[in-house]
Amino acid sequence: MRKVYSKIESIEGNVISVHAEGIRNEDLAVVTSRHGESLAQVIRLDGDQVFLQVFSGGRGVSTGDELRFLGHPMQVSFSDNLLGRIFTGSGVPRDNGPELTENLIEIAGPSVNPAKRIIPRNMIRTGIPMIDVFNSLVESQKLPIFSLSGEPYNPLLARIAMQAEVDLIILGGMGLKYDDYLFFRDTLEEGGALSRTIFFVHTASDPVVESLMVPDLALAVAENFALNGKKVLVLLSDMTNFSDALKEISITMEQVPSNRGYPGDLYSQLASRYEKAVDFEGAGSITILAATTMPGDDVTHPIPDNTGYITEGQYYLRNERIEPFGSLSRLKQMVNKKTRSDHRPLMDGMIRIYAAYKESMEKKSMGFRMSDWDNKLLKYGTIFEREMMDLTVNIPLEKALDKGWQILAECFTPEETGLRSELINEYWPKEAIESEKQGEGES
Amino acid sequence: MTSGKVISVNGNMVRAEVDGDVSLNEVAYVIVGDQRLKSEVIRVRANTVEVQVFERTRGVGIGDQVEFTGEMLSVELGPGLLTQIYDGLQNPLPKLAEKHGFFLKSGVYLDPLPRESKWQFTPKASVGDTVERADTLGIVPEGVFEHQIMVPFSFYGTYKVKSIVDAGEYTVDDTIAEIEDEEGTVHKLTMIFDWPVKRSIDAYEERLKPTEPMITKIRLIDGFIPVARGGTYCIPGPFGAGKTVLQQITSRNAEVDIVVIAACGERAGEVVETLKEFPELIDPRTGRTLMERTVIIANTSSMPVAAREASVYTAVTIAEYYRQMGLHVLLLADSTSRWAQAMREMSGRLEEIPGEEAFPAYLESVIAAFYERAGVVRMRDGSLGSVTIGGTVSPAGGNFEEPVTQATLKVVGAFHGLSRARSDARKYPAIHPLESWSKYESSLDHAKQTYAQEILFKGNEVSQMMKVVGEEGTSLNDYIVFLKSDLIDSVYLQQDSFDPVDASVSVERQRHIFDVIFDIISAEYDLKEKEEARNYFNQLRQKFIDYNGTEWDSTEFHEQEKDIRETFEKRKTGVDEEAEYLLQKQESDRG
Ligand SMILES: Nc1ncnc2c1ncn2[C@@H]1O[C@H](COP(=O)(O)OP(=O)(O)OP(=O)(O)O)[C@@H](O)[C@H]1O
Ligand SMILES: [Mg+2]
Repeated sequence: MRKVYSKIESIEGNVISVHAEGIRNEDLAVVTSRHGESLAQVIRLDGDQVFLQVFSGGRGVSTGDELRFLGHPMQVSFSDNLLGRIFTGSGVPRDNGPELTENLIEIAGPSVNPAKRIIPRNMIRTGIPMIDVFNSLVESQKLPIFSLSGEPYNPLLARIAMQAEVDLIILGGMGLKYDDYLFFRDTLEEGGALSRTIFFVHTASDPVVESLMVPDLALAVAENFALNGKKVLVLLSDMTNFSDALKEISITMEQVPSNRGYPGDLYSQLASRYEKAVDFEGAGSITILAATTMPGDDVTHPIPDNTGYITEGQYYLRNERIEPFGSLSRLKQMVNKKTRSDHRPLMDGMIRIYAAYKESMEKKSMGFRMSDWDNKLLKYGTIFEREMMDLTVNIPLEKALDKGWQILAECFTPEETGLRSELINEYWPKEAIESEKQGEGES
Repeated sequence: MTSGKVISVNGNMVRAEVDGDVSLNEVAYVIVGDQRLKSEVIRVRANTVEVQVFERTRGVGIGDQVEFTGEMLSVELGPGLLTQIYDGLQNPLPKLAEKHGFFLKSGVYLDPLPRESKWQFTPKASVGDTVERADTLGIVPEGVFEHQIMVPFSFYGTYKVKSIVDAGEYTVDDTIAEIEDEEGTVHKLTMIFDWPVKRSIDAYEERLKPTEPMITKIRLIDGFIPVARGGTYCIPGPFGAGKTVLQQITSRNAEVDIVVIAACGERAGEVVETLKEFPELIDPRTGRTLMERTVIIANTSSMPVAAREASVYTAVTIAEYYRQMGLHVLLLADSTSRWAQAMREMSGRLEEIPGEEAFPAYLESVIAAFYERAGVVRMRDGSLGSVTIGGTVSPAGGNFEEPVTQATLKVVGAFHGLSRARSDARKYPAIHPLESWSKYESSLDHAKQTYAQEILFKGNEVSQMMKVVGEEGTSLNDYIVFLKSDLIDSVYLQQDSFDPVDASVSVERQRHIFDVIFDIISAEYDLKEKEEARNYFNQLRQKFIDYNGTEWDSTEFHEQEKDIRETFEKRKTGVDEEAEYLLQKQESDRG
């Protein structure tokens, strides 16, 4: 039997310490207090002093409470019985279903050997032109949605999850509003996807530390399903809450913060989670879509900033639209050479002109006279925003590309677009050329 | 050997109490069950020693055994380094994958160089010769290179060759020579030896000033912010601005013998692109695959942090080793900020007094010392070799006013600063042409390049002014200057990295098309209105973009050029005096 310790030495924030022997780094323990049981994890050893972070928080823990070490690090059960189930951030059922204890696996395991990775190759079609045309999503990609807190990032995540052809959806909720949790559940249910979904949900009313385990639990389960040949989509919402929990612990541990109170290892912490996205040769894959709300709409805030340096791009959600600037899929070039020969040049060309439109808008707002060119750009921008950027648009990639050419032809002459002549010859809408010729003939 | 016991565990820092002598930077192993976790001594205080563990420390407990090796953290040098993919500690990743499958396994350290391979050795030294460290004993072919088997760099003093094997096939463990030192002790030598990673290899005669250009085949770099062989440069930029893509295309196209890629704390997926594609891509200089000139050190972001710190040193040591053979080596490190962050994490755990943004106070000197390992050097046999270092920097919030960028800018020879505005507008490579600088010599005609730079500068001023006074408040002449600078930007500075032709442009072609550009921008035109001017320059731009897409020296290339020249001759009325003056001045300076 494992020894029970009944003398908690210190309680500071969510970190407690005890004197104990034979304990190993990252081992788990159970704290039994008046409010029930909570898991705690060893985060530091100093002589016989052991520091643990308590998942349910330090509040309510008393120095007289009991602490029992389990002799192993955090684990999670892995089997098909997980499907359709809902768990807390500590891995305990929150759906009245039975506790699962079979086939326990390690969480936050070692990373994939880079030599075993393969080049991502499958596009995930979403029907959203701002994604499919301009920033294609790719199987095994890790990609966050950068968003202001009021934006519909959860509906966007749910929509992509429903539209993507994956075998399994795992939702990791961190500080998720209860309503949002219900929204995910209902949407997946309506779409008939609930039976292939697993939830690890930490809600806004749960203790902060408990959110720290969510990505590791979700990803460990995802990894094992992927090794068994499943295409898994992991949704993590909201990674900002996860990062804030990290910050809280590090401040309690008196680590010197590097930037606005966040620990210096925030980058490594986030990377070790996001890098779990992978395509296993001969087996399945993990794709990670996360929500990262930007405190103060500031993309240079340490959380979005570190995230951007880790993930393979980001979708920038603003005014209920995916912004072309700031949004980026770094894997798009892996798949958009195989779609259609105009995909790449059209995507770059349209954005370049959209950038020029923004400049004209600026000039206009400052009261300058609009030249013919400016007016063309203004027209273009308006149509582009309405026909491409609006999130209600739901069309396949090929249709969206055709629409792109139509928009260009509606607004410009071919050489004003800066696109290569061979492309123009192939794709420029024929009617447009006809009518232009006629126009010239008449004048 | 000294041993000790664990007395505290804090992340990847473990403190041990020891029973004997320990030196700084010595390798130790923390023994956890059947695992031996490699570590490096980073602080010694009386009999308390702090080690940074190169693996995850899950499961380490108080009282665990620590063994000290007495050896510094080193890399193994010898034939067979090329084509390898190592982690930061020189573990061969493909071999590890063969043994352990999809996941990395802690506590497993394999031989960096293959033991079974046989190398065709040809002796170059003879019995009775006097040799010093780094002198060539023989050669083996490694890909297209003559790999020199040298007297180990740690063999100070002079030696006599007592024996040397005949030409033939040997493994790296076979003795190939015996040499006798001044005291009469005989040392058996194989084809490999170790060198501590944190010491620069200094077995050369003289260090020279970098003057030869290192051609990247990127127009903007070679023409406006060049890099010299043996020089240093940095690429700071916010996330997604194009640092990695820039390094990837440089690693393919740069005119050097060998490329060492240090993927330091960045995405694993990016390394995969390189390691899957290089074996398929042919290097036009040698006709062999790019992999045959490449060494990859991959310590990606989810791999242990302490090994990340070691990885840049592993990479630069391998680069210096090949330089010693009279080769030109390019080291690309992506990202040096991750390396600096690894130092910061460790410094925090050591509770050192933090400097700015919690980086250690010695950050600057460590960065300076790293870039100092670049250079052109002359060997004892007169041959020249070089190590060029290019490092990316990932500043927090994309703001260059931060410790790592600032410390790097103090020591490098060229600054390629990426701009968010340019990458947002898909103007690639997103290097800011006006803010970036280089201390090295451009491959373009000096006077013409200076003139183009001026146009860019003035064009920028006009465009800034236009934001205030509008197009209507801008004179036609100013507007044309703006159009000219925009033309240089869109058809010369911008380059399509994914186009088969445009992706890499030889210096020959760069000079050739730059002359065409110069003729266009230095001309005066018969243009009456802004609208007309804009249309005219749009036309030129269109033709030039098509021109950039044609194969060098092909019929289409010449036809397209003719078309461009005809288009601009039609409207040309003269040449700008300033341009004529610059050319004449250069002429007279030369004469
Ligand atoms: N020269 C280029 N041509 C075309 N696209 C480019 C170019 N450079 C960058 N891009 C686009 O920008 C994306 C991001 O580039 P890259 O990965 O090099 O950024 P980075 O600066 O290394 O970012 P991070 O700091 O996050 O690693 C690429 O995936 C590609 O889509
Ligand atoms: Mg990068």
